[in-house]
Amino acid sequence: MAKRIDVSGLSAYYSNHKAIDDISMTVEPRSVTAFIGPSGCGKSTFLRTLNRMHEVTPGGRVEGKVMLDDENLYASGVDPVAVRRTVGMVFQRPNPFPTMSIFDNVAAGLKLNGMRRKSELENVVEKSLKGANLWNEVKDRLNKPGSGLSGGQQQRLCIARAIAVEPQVLLMDEPCSALDPISTLAIEDLIGELKARFTIVIVTHNMQQAARVSDRTAFFNLSAIGQPGKLIELDDTERIFSNPSVQATEDYISGRFG
Amino acid sequence: MSHTIADKAPAAVPATRRLSQRRMPRWAPAAIAAAAILLGIGIGLAAGLESRIQWGMIALLLFVAGTYAVTTAVEGRRQAKDRVVTSIVWACFIVAIVPLYSLIATTISKGLKVLNGDFLSHSMGGVITIQPGGGIYHAIIGTIEQVGIATLIATPIGLLTAVYLVEYGKGKLAKAVTFFVDVMTGIPSIVAGLFILTVWVLMLGNGPSGFAGSMALTILMLPVVVRSTEEMLKLVPNELREASLALGVPKWRTILKVVLPTAIGGITTGVMLAVARITGETAPIMLLVFGSQIINNNPFEGGQSSLSYYVFEQFQNGNDASYDRAWAAALVLIAFVMILNVVARGIARWKAPKTGR
Repeated sequence: MAKRIDVSGLSAYYSNHKAIDDISMTVEPRSVTAFIGPSGCGKSTFLRTLNRMHEVTPGGRVEGKVMLDDENLYASGVDPVAVRRTVGMVFQRPNPFPTMSIFDNVAAGLKLNGMRRKSELENVVEKSLKGANLWNEVKDRLNKPGSGLSGGQQQRLCIARAIAVEPQVLLMDEPCSALDPISTLAIEDLIGELKARFTIVIVTHNMQQAARVSDRTAFFNLSAIGQPGKLIELDDTERIFSNPSVQATEDYISGRFG
Repeated sequence: MSHTIADKAPAAVPATRRLSQRRMPRWAPAAIAAAAILLGIGIGLAAGLESRIQWGMIALLLFVAGTYAVTTAVEGRRQAKDRVVTSIVWACFIVAIVPLYSLIATTISKGLKVLNGDFLSHSMGGVITIQPGGGIYHAIIGTIEQVGIATLIATPIGLLTAVYLVEYGKGKLAKAVTFFVDVMTGIPSIVAGLFILTVWVLMLGNGPSGFAGSMALTILMLPVVVRSTEEMLKLVPNELREASLALGVPKWRTILKVVLPTAIGGITTGVMLAVARITGETAPIMLLVFGSQIINNNPFEGGQSSLSYYVFEQFQNGNDASYDRAWAAALVLIAFVMILNVVARGIARWKAPKTGR
């Protein structure tokens, strides 16, 4: 069920400002791909183009092609809502719905899309929470509000919510940047497990994290402030961190970079 | 207000500068206030000033000046400024609270005279105005029906307008809508009444009715609902919308199931405040509902009364029995609005997103 992502010639704009320029890459199914690069180089923007969340931002538009197996996400007639059901997303800051209980948060994707059968919802919620390694911690308080959990638990709740709708690709935008090392470890372990079922793309500022969790790593950079971000290099993680083929990549990962 | 931390002393300043200094006892502000009040009364009596307000003003000024003088002598200038500002804040608070207290006290003391079960459950039908007796049942019915209908019309329209402005609106149309909502906020109630009178009564030839009044009240209520709802929707974090959209939930469902529930507490408060505002409107009722002495349960036909109109009408009668009835009705009106506000606060607290800790 995991799908291959094939991006070709993708540029994204905020109104007239070009944020990323002409990016082409392939993401293999059932793999973890990490995006690294300095702030403002367009990693998150690029990630958001992969499930058409970029156009939610006022003035956001995209040129180019994103193929999910054999379907172009940006072909005319493609419903962005359907795309987002297929390509799930986890955000930087944990954002459980404040009005909903833990159960309702996980069931939100299904419930809001009209699923009503209680037994099935219960199955999905339990499966998703177990999938996100959160079940044991919350099984006794499923009816409590999700905002009462700790930051790390909230983030795992958001992951459970994202995988509850059975997407084929999971995008993660710096999922650990607001978390402590222990919670980060929990999420990283989780990513390792989810890899078996989903295609995962993760944006991170933590290079050790990229080295730990990803199979392949993409380095993004921008030539100057105000210039669009570019994909510099995409390769196996081991190669990127040991013997990158571009000098800028080596400078960045070894900390010699501005 | 604890210890003063001295500025970094330049070398020239002698080392006598210490971190602790003399402090006034805690009862000092109260003592100064008491002395100022006594002095104020004394001066008032001595100068033969009749108005108690003048006495109070003198006392307030004396309090502020006395605080400054005493604190300068004991604690130094910087502390004195601090205390003066504190006492001015207190003085302003008291100046603001006195009229409110006096208004409520007057209404309660005069209103309780004839307020009883009979008063609440009888109309003015068959009561001669100079006689005691009679009641406000017909006015309560009128107020509830007129305000209720206005709320039923204005809330959905206002809510949807706000949703449009926050979630969908951009460009010229949204700007125009915002502008006209702002203009509507400034419409005097008598103008709203005249507008409905012209269109509904004079042009379309309908008679006076509670419903005509409701339409004018709707005009007054709408901008308040739009404004408050808009502000509440803007407070909903964008991350929640994105979280929902990223789950593949359509935008309309995101708004309905995520954005509105998150803001529902504030929206309810806004609607309740708008209701409270229109409950006291008199002018459109005078023009459009015409008033009535008897119970008319049908808001779509014939004149009705309303609490605010009833108060006005009774004062116009100009005799003691009518004055008593007017005060009692005013008390009921205030209580009505206050209960609405308390209910609104309760709903806001009950519906507010829970922290779960």
